[in-house]
Amino acid sequence: MNGATVIRNARHWRTGERLDLAFDRGVILASPLERAARVIDARGLVLAPGLVDLHVHLREPGQTSKETIERGTRAAAAGGFTAVACMPNTEPVLDSSAWIEWVRGRAEAAGYCRVHPIGAVTMGQKGEQLTEFSALKAAGAVALSDDGRPVMSAAVMRRALEHARLLGLPIVCHEEDLTLRGDGCMNEGRVATRLGLRGIPAAAESIMARRDVELAALTGGRTHLAHLSCAESLDALRDARERGLPVTGETCPHYWTLTEDAVIGYDTLAKMNPPLRTERDRLAVIEAIKDGTIDCLVTDHAPHTEEEKRQPFDQAPFGIVGLETALALTITHLVEPGHLTLERALERWTDAPRRVFGLPEVRLEAGYPADLVLIDAEAAWTVEPAAFHSKSRNTPFAGALLRGRALATICDGEITHLDATIEVEGAASRSARGSAARSVSVAAEH
Amino acid sequence: MNRTIVVDDAPAPPGAGAFLQAPDARHLLGLEGLPGDALVDLLDSAARYRERLRTPRWVSDELRGIAICNAFFEDSTRTRVSFELAEQRLGAIHTTFTTSGSSLSKGESMLDTLKVLTAMHVDLVVVRHRSAGSSTFLARHLEAGVINAGDGEHEHPTQGLLDLLTLSDAWEGRFAGRRLAIIGDIAHSRVARSAIFGLTTLGAVVTIAGPATLVPAEAESLGCAVVGTVEEALRNADGAMALRLQRERMEGGLIASTGEYARVWGITRERVALMRPGAVVLHPGPMNRGVEIAAEVADGNESRVFRQVENGLAVRCAVLARCAQALTEES
Repeated sequence: MNGATVIRNARHWRTGERLDLAFDRGVILASPLERAARVIDARGLVLAPGLVDLHVHLREPGQTSKETIERGTRAAAAGGFTAVACMPNTEPVLDSSAWIEWVRGRAEAAGYCRVHPIGAVTMGQKGEQLTEFSALKAAGAVALSDDGRPVMSAAVMRRALEHARLLGLPIVCHEEDLTLRGDGCMNEGRVATRLGLRGIPAAAESIMARRDVELAALTGGRTHLAHLSCAESLDALRDARERGLPVTGETCPHYWTLTEDAVIGYDTLAKMNPPLRTERDRLAVIEAIKDGTIDCLVTDHAPHTEEEKRQPFDQAPFGIVGLETALALTITHLVEPGHLTLERALERWTDAPRRVFGLPEVRLEAGYPADLVLIDAEAAWTVEPAAFHSKSRNTPFAGALLRGRALATICDGEITHLDATIEVEGAASRSARGSAARSVSVAAEH
Repeated sequence: MNRTIVVDDAPAPPGAGAFLQAPDARHLLGLEGLPGDALVDLLDSAARYRERLRTPRWVSDELRGIAICNAFFEDSTRTRVSFELAEQRLGAIHTTFTTSGSSLSKGESMLDTLKVLTAMHVDLVVVRHRSAGSSTFLARHLEAGVINAGDGEHEHPTQGLLDLLTLSDAWEGRFAGRRLAIIGDIAHSRVARSAIFGLTTLGAVVTIAGPATLVPAEAESLGCAVVGTVEEALRNADGAMALRLQRERMEGGLIASTGEYARVWGITRERVALMRPGAVVLHPGPMNRGVEIAAEVADGNESRVFRQVENGLAVRCAVLARCAQALTEES
């Protein structure tokens, strides 16, 4: 059959059953084919819908020394992702339909995965004048956020939620009271006190989470609480769910793997916002993932250059990269210790984020998009930042021995990432996305 | 050699050494993690330098050929002058530059600035910078030895050593079981942190007291006791340290006014009387007389503020000699 691809001998991520799956022109076919242009031997690996990351910083336009759409999406593909939602805190800010369209155009031309832009809530993310939500939506924005900066005015956030509700757009809330944060640069507590660093209390996050839960109740607007890091914020989200409010929430791998102790030695690779918290918070994050309080997992992929991170701790920027370690940190620290089954863990990276942002569903069934990932859940590997596809290497996990890896990623029917150990027969005809042809040769490098 | 300071089975403070790598004698980054032996050696050495420095026209050539750069990215008078005099007395080649944080932000980073300076064959860098951990950062990236002359709100180890030397005089060289009260703005104080780390390593007991807004979160984890009133802290103490109150603390509501602060936390003659006989009063300077310390206390018999300054010079001689020796041994 012309142009079609078959994945043979995969294992279904939910049922665990052996699965052969064919797709053509980006769509999964009704039955596996005897003959196909391309045959991928899955060797019994897990086949799942492509992962989705609702919270990444691709840094384009304007901050291309940190990351580009090309390199960021290439990192995403290598991490098993077929879609990312990118935050608008670029230069300039994505606060107009023109910039939303520009990002989508860049992603079409150079991207290795689907890129769903998130528009700014306020002009220039200044927290004052609202952006044109309907225009942003029409241009392709899937959500709104002033991520990186909170909307400090409750009145402005209220109006934003009211407008967004009518358009069905979620607002992603960066929960941080700036007056409480002050010039804090890590979690307030034992470690900050000892290191002489200014602290950010957990209440700076939870107070805003509580506020936004109440504003969701007032307005009925879809509210998504970003990168939750502390126990009290999770309580706020739990309360919202019990009250049936339209509130969802996310957390990141570093909040279930690391604590403030990682900052000891003034390691700027352990500096992010919200900051790494205490062991009690880390355990609360795991509990909230287990009990379903947390809807979906995200990376908050925040690339910064080596020069920017090579500064005294208080002066270095907040943020770490995450796309190429997220799956392994999930398998190593949530699945292997028995907190979640692999299926439940993958749901938080696949079905759940698609549901939260209303993105098209992906099932391993006929008619659904061929957005797929082949995962070796047992593969042991050591994090080597030098091998990252991302333009930046700012990870606190360098040298960590992890388990679980995406060995092949297929986005819209095109192979966007392929480990050298995966055999593909008849891999001749690849065209569609501008990126696809390049990506295979690149992926084969390591 | 007889030691003038006795350590009586001092227990290691909680968490000692866990926060820093094993001390490297080329550097003095902080008193935390510095073993009791090393502290005692430095204090003994400083006591010897103090005697020599009291000899008119005393100079030495023991640091001859050692190039030292005093890099002051933050304003300082007494610490800078003290280091410069120590360097001159010991015969080092030295240079000093001072710059406010703003001029640096015009382009070149602190690291580049100091890399340029060390490319001029500087052996030791004495650095003061507003960022906590800046000296640790430089020690990681520079070939030169690094002496911390105050890194943000973290540590000020030569100040800590001069406080230890001053208390050692008052306490006849015995730290175990002695009690020091530190009063005031602990949260923003590198002086307090160095004093706490050094004293607890030597077996002394430190009690801190100050406005709740100026006591850092989980302060007990520093290895000290935290009490709620100045009276409670001073009662039966063998010494008190008043910390300088920065006037900008009024801006964020950390204190209401200096008058209010003085009433509740000032070290007055009446409060000094709560301490044990022979107890001493320290202040890192510059003093706000009538705020954190009453004028009559600053000038009183208990006051050791000028003795501290003299000890500072001696301590800096000892530290420079130690770091220079470690550099020489290495090469």
